Amino acid sequence: MSISTTETEEFEGLSSQLAMRRLPRFAGLYSAFIAAALTAVIVGLTPAQGVAGSVVIWFVLFMVVQTAWSFAVEGRRFASDRLATTLISTSFLIALAALVWIITSVTIRGLKAFSADFVTTTMRNVSPLREGGGLWHALIGTLEQVGIAALIAVPISILVAIYLVEYGTGRLAQWVTFFVDVMTGVPSIVAGLFIYTFWVLTFGFERSGFAASLALTILMIPVIVRSTEEMLKIVPNDLREASYALGVPKWKTIVRIVIPTAFGGIVTGIMLSIARVAGETAPLLLTTFLSQSLNTNPFSGPQASIPTFVWDQISSGTPASIDRAWAGALVLIMVVVIFYGLARLVAKLTAPAKD
Amino acid sequence: MAKRIDIKDLDIYYGDFKAVEGVNLAIEPKAVTAFIGPSGCGKSTVLRSINRLHEVIPRAYVEGHILLEGDDIYAPDVDPVNIRGTIGMVFQRPNPFPTMSIYDNVVAGLKLDKSKAKGRSLDEVVETSLKGANLWEEVKDRLKKPGAGLSGGQQQRLCIARAIAVEPQVLLMDEPASALDPISTLAIEDLIHELKQNYTIVIVTHNMQQAARVSDTTAFFNLAGVGQPGRLVESGATELIFTSPKERATEDYISGRFG
Repeated sequence: MSISTTETEEFEGLSSQLAMRRLPRFAGLYSAFIAAALTAVIVGLTPAQGVAGSVVIWFVLFMVVQTAWSFAVEGRRFASDRLATTLISTSFLIALAALVWIITSVTIRGLKAFSADFVTTTMRNVSPLREGGGLWHALIGTLEQVGIAALIAVPISILVAIYLVEYGTGRLAQWVTFFVDVMTGVPSIVAGLFIYTFWVLTFGFERSGFAASLALTILMIPVIVRSTEEMLKIVPNDLREASYALGVPKWKTIVRIVIPTAFGGIVTGIMLSIARVAGETAPLLLTTFLSQSLNTNPFSGPQASIPTFVWDQISSGTPASIDRAWAGALVLIMVVVIFYGLARLVAKLTAPAKD
Repeated sequence: MAKRIDIKDLDIYYGDFKAVEGVNLAIEPKAVTAFIGPSGCGKSTVLRSINRLHEVIPRAYVEGHILLEGDDIYAPDVDPVNIRGTIGMVFQRPNPFPTMSIYDNVVAGLKLDKSKAKGRSLDEVVETSLKGANLWEEVKDRLKKPGAGLSGGQQQRLCIARAIAVEPQVLLMDEPASALDPISTLAIEDLIHELKQNYTIVIVTHNMQQAARVSDTTAFFNLAGVGQPGRLVESGATELIFTSPKERATEDYISGRFG
């Protein structure tokens, strides 16, 4: 050990013929300062005005300064690398900023009307002008509608995905794939209109939470089919053949080997679809409308839901109801986050074991 | 328990493409038969048609007959699932089931087909199979750990244990050691020597020394030409094939004049 230490020390600080010229460590920061100084000059001397404009000018200058400097000192490859790194990091920050902004503004405004009472009371006999009331009825409605939709959509979608990946060959599979693609593009209000004309007008059932669930089912199916299909496709064929080679029938191979291997990804896809439909408003207005009181029976009468609650409170337009709308949005985000957390937990517990 | 296999006039297709043509070959029980030949000559394809695994590829099919102790496995109304339970297979890349522990991997074939498990204690099956695959000593204290955590050589022996746990009569091995280091390869080859007491073994290998070391009979496959189907050039006792082959192509391949 001692020998190697002395040897290493001998090489410390030696210059190498292989080393090339690089920018100083804080070159990015220096470029930012130079760009800021140039921006100040431009804004001072030209009619260019305003914060947003300055930021754009600064950013463009920053990229030009950094890339040009890097190109002059380090050469083309490092200059492209710095440019690409800057562009990608900036895109990421912009996307992140939108997310952070949504969550903080909903949280700050939502907390005004949020309380334990808000979650446990309904809007029954609460005037839009008054404070108080809550979304218990809407929370129950959303849980029931989304829950029923998931109960219908998940088995259908998973079976369709299994058919497409494991069995589907030829024309039928092509048609199924085509229609799943078409369904992906169906606007949610069209799904609502379809259920309204089909379920309510044609068959004469009343508008209910269940009708809303049917509309949400239409929206969920293509999302789950697509994600499940992708997850099943990445299960290595080796595993299927290993199972066949043990004399295991195909259906059992799918149920016991393929699905468990892809389970984590399938659950994530289901959760994303639930998160997507939990915020749907338009199809619910057509199929179940809204309600101010608790209706636990999804098969009869109008039922509230969180998105329609938010929409209703916003439409009332009084300060108290707008606070309630923000609190409703906050609860909706919380519901989705809790669902997502639970799904990750399930996926983690059932994931392929690692050492 | 070990059964003989007779391949009669076997043609193998991938859709319209004829991959293998006119194979006739007798595979003796309780012996090791090696398939050698250049890449793409169809030896793995022939191997996969012996347990009817070839046909799981879309549009792939077989013409001709393969007799297992006189019974045609390609006769109408033969259930390929039953054939595969009788003729086990070990693949080129170790493929333990990632969601299962070592224990569950070994008994996967039994658990997934309850009829095979009747009257057998799973604990015993695990121990005998792992001992049979020379893996027991290395894993007996961590049977509940995932099979994917083992080294490549151990994973391959786990796959062999999984294959012999269902008590097949024939064991097919598709380049079982090509992804392994020399020490693991030696372990697998020793294992093949032991397994041939009880099983009919067919092994595909690119390694000529391996074929010479482990096999009793060698079958040499070759392509007639580019785009032509592969065919069986000659087969016979391994010493004869390696010392005095009848065909010029075999001699060229074995002496390294063909890749």
